[in-house]
Amino acid sequence: MSRLVVGPFNRVEGDLEVRIEAEAGQVSSAWVNSPMYRGFEQILHGKDPGDALVYAPRICGICSVSQSVAAAHAVRDALGAEAPPNGERLTNLVLAAENLADHFTHFYLFFMPDFARAAYEGRAWHPDVVRRFRAEQGAAATDAVAARAAFMNLMGVLAGKWPHTHTVQAGGAAKGVTGAEKLRVLSLLGQFRRYLEEHTFGDRLETVAALAGGSDLAAWAAERGPEGSDLARFLRVAEDVGLAELGRSHDRFMSYGSYPFQGERLFPGGVFAGGDLMPLDADAIREDLYSSWMSGAREPVHPYEGVTLPDAEREEAYSWCKAPRLAGRPVEVGALARQVVAGHPLIRELVAETGGNVRNRVVARLLELARVVPAMEAWARAIEPGEPFYREPGALQEGEGAGLVEAARGSLGHWIRVHNGRILNYQIVAPTTWNFSPRDRDGVPGPLEAALEGAPVGADERTPVAVQHVVRSFDPCMVCTVH
Amino acid sequence: MAASEREDGFTVLWLQSGGCGGCTMSLLCAEAPDLFTTLDSAGIRFLWHPSFSEATGEEVTAMLEAVCAGETRLDALCVEGSLLRGPNGTGRFHVLAGTDTPMVRWVERLAAVARYTLAIGTCAAFGGVTSAGPNPTEACGLQYEGEQSGGLLGDAYRSGAGLPVINVAGCPTHPGWVLETLMTLALDGMGDPLLDDLARPALYTDHLVHHGCARNEYYEYKASAEVPSDLGCMMEHMGCLGTQARADCNIRPWNGTGSCTDGGYPCVNCTAPEFEEPGHHFLETPKVAGIPIGLPTDMPKAWFVALASLAKSATPRRVRENAVADHIVNSPAKEHDGE
Repeated sequence: MSRLVVGPFNRVEGDLEVRIEAEAGQVSSAWVNSPMYRGFEQILHGKDPGDALVYAPRICGICSVSQSVAAAHAVRDALGAEAPPNGERLTNLVLAAENLADHFTHFYLFFMPDFARAAYEGRAWHPDVVRRFRAEQGAAATDAVAARAAFMNLMGVLAGKWPHTHTVQAGGAAKGVTGAEKLRVLSLLGQFRRYLEEHTFGDRLETVAALAGGSDLAAWAAERGPEGSDLARFLRVAEDVGLAELGRSHDRFMSYGSYPFQGERLFPGGVFAGGDLMPLDADAIREDLYSSWMSGAREPVHPYEGVTLPDAEREEAYSWCKAPRLAGRPVEVGALARQVVAGHPLIRELVAETGGNVRNRVVARLLELARVVPAMEAWARAIEPGEPFYREPGALQEGEGAGLVEAARGSLGHWIRVHNGRILNYQIVAPTTWNFSPRDRDGVPGPLEAALEGAPVGADERTPVAVQHVVRSFDPCMVCTVH
Repeated sequence: MAASEREDGFTVLWLQSGGCGGCTMSLLCAEAPDLFTTLDSAGIRFLWHPSFSEATGEEVTAMLEAVCAGETRLDALCVEGSLLRGPNGTGRFHVLAGTDTPMVRWVERLAAVARYTLAIGTCAAFGGVTSAGPNPTEACGLQYEGEQSGGLLGDAYRSGAGLPVINVAGCPTHPGWVLETLMTLALDGMGDPLLDDLARPALYTDHLVHHGCARNEYYEYKASAEVPSDLGCMMEHMGCLGTQARADCNIRPWNGTGSCTDGGYPCVNCTAPEFEEPGHHFLETPKVAGIPIGLPTDMPKAWFVALASLAKSATPRRVRENAVADHIVNSPAKEHDGE
């Protein structure tokens, strides 16, 4: 048996350390450590609830809008307030822009460069992948980065700036969009659609979104060919490297549901396990502190009752990350979970065939690019300049509320309790907290820890490339994890 | 010889600690040209950047040791995020993965060999949001702790080129601020950057956020917004610090076109130390006898009171009504007589 400590892990957000034990050329056990603590829950204690909307986006620079939306929804929920339709449309547009930019960045800058590494020299596809995806030097490092920056002009128009906009408010949006700005948004969406259709897919977004199953996807990729389609390029690599057999976890998936409008969600929420879809019971969320450098109750508690107080001396602990569990069990969150819960036929079939794995996580992310851009076009067209974007919700003096949203990486929850106009307790459970949670008191490993078991480890590998694929397939965000 | 002509270019090592990663995400928003084209054309090369580089794990720790040993030249050390000294000065709130060594110890060693040391963003410069509230992680900046000089490296620290830490402050910082600062350093002929009294590059702090604000006509007449989404000036009631905040946000657009004030929300002065603890609600203007405490930079209070009073009495109806609406209800063309 050999032991390895892998880190620092780059092309993930924040710092990450993975400890593995390997036997007979594969990982037998893994421990995931989030090696940094920031303390937002402590920082927010005692603040004015309105000020949470200034602090919360700064939890994370990659999903700052998601944090804003979760905070705004938590305060709105506590007030029993509502946002006007234009405010919901604008919020969905900026949230979607951030989520899609994350998927896009992950694919082009974080995930694919690993296949350009020297470890894959000799594979038929390697020269093409080096040309397209090599870190900092491949063609995509220039053209995809430019396309991403241009797409983020949506944030300039609708939210002033990104990251760390304050446009998203409990009462809706602080920005009234003009007719001219609405046209600008539609143009920017058209520009991004063009990049996706020319490079990422080599096909119409609607065609990709309509793929109904694994054989459909395979036939489409065979017909398309890897030239001029980054998705088809990826599928060729995935087939050759065996990414559908790598990184399978507990296969329990959760989504809070995403992009609400007038009480309906574009992607409905729920829990999917064993081939069945079940309703989500958010009251069954508990955080377990057994393996975390945290002091607090030995019994796992709901976030409304939770505390976040670091204790670096806890001997059995190995991470700053808590271990959230749903009805006592770990769940995987993210684009794959979101789409399997929402019932997309392609993702349902891929999961039925091979479960949650490296390939399927990447396919689900790219599918969301194809599914959400048309939804954004519809929200933008429906904006009614001159109608309100914001409705004053009043000041929050007493009460509690939850903001449950879907960030790119999965389910993000903020829970707030307010007393005498001050934050009494604020607890945050981020997507990577779910996915990269450490073992709970029953010894059950978190989703990534489980997904790493069985990953191949070469005899002379100190930073096994398969481990890197599995880790990055979750698109982790460590700064969120530790707030 | 210009840095860009050197065989290996101007070398940058970028580290992230107690921040949100937002300054790197902002850097990726560099446009026309894109980030990598801009760096390449200036001869700037990352030894390692946690979000962009291929190297991972032991390749990285070997590189860090080579830099500390002087085997690899380090032109610019860029640190993003606060420096976490806690708990109890141990630095254990951030141990650099795979090294068993606190990030603050790595930063101290690397800063000792860097030709220039840059704090990227307000967290690394002054402590920033991570140091808010009770500052549970003992967070500070590289050479400042809030407004106080010192921080992790101490007041006396000078990098190899004889400069203090260059504070490219902002929450997040603008990609243009970072890239133009690095380019100034990389292009030897342009000399050292001019720094303001908080060691921030003057290339962006010679301006106020107020300069170029699209709400300037409302400011002139003291026609004020009352709730978010109102078009009026946000200084009087909504806590906007644009007349005091040093940055060129309304001259140099964000994400192609925007700024905080364009996005409908007040400037919180995020390039300044201690912006994270204003001592009052962010979106409210503290006042004494109806007069805002924080007056525009350089403006005597008596003049402000006199001018505000005069301006209010001269406000055209168009400006007064638009100020409290979320869209233009009176366009200039509709009004001919001023009332």
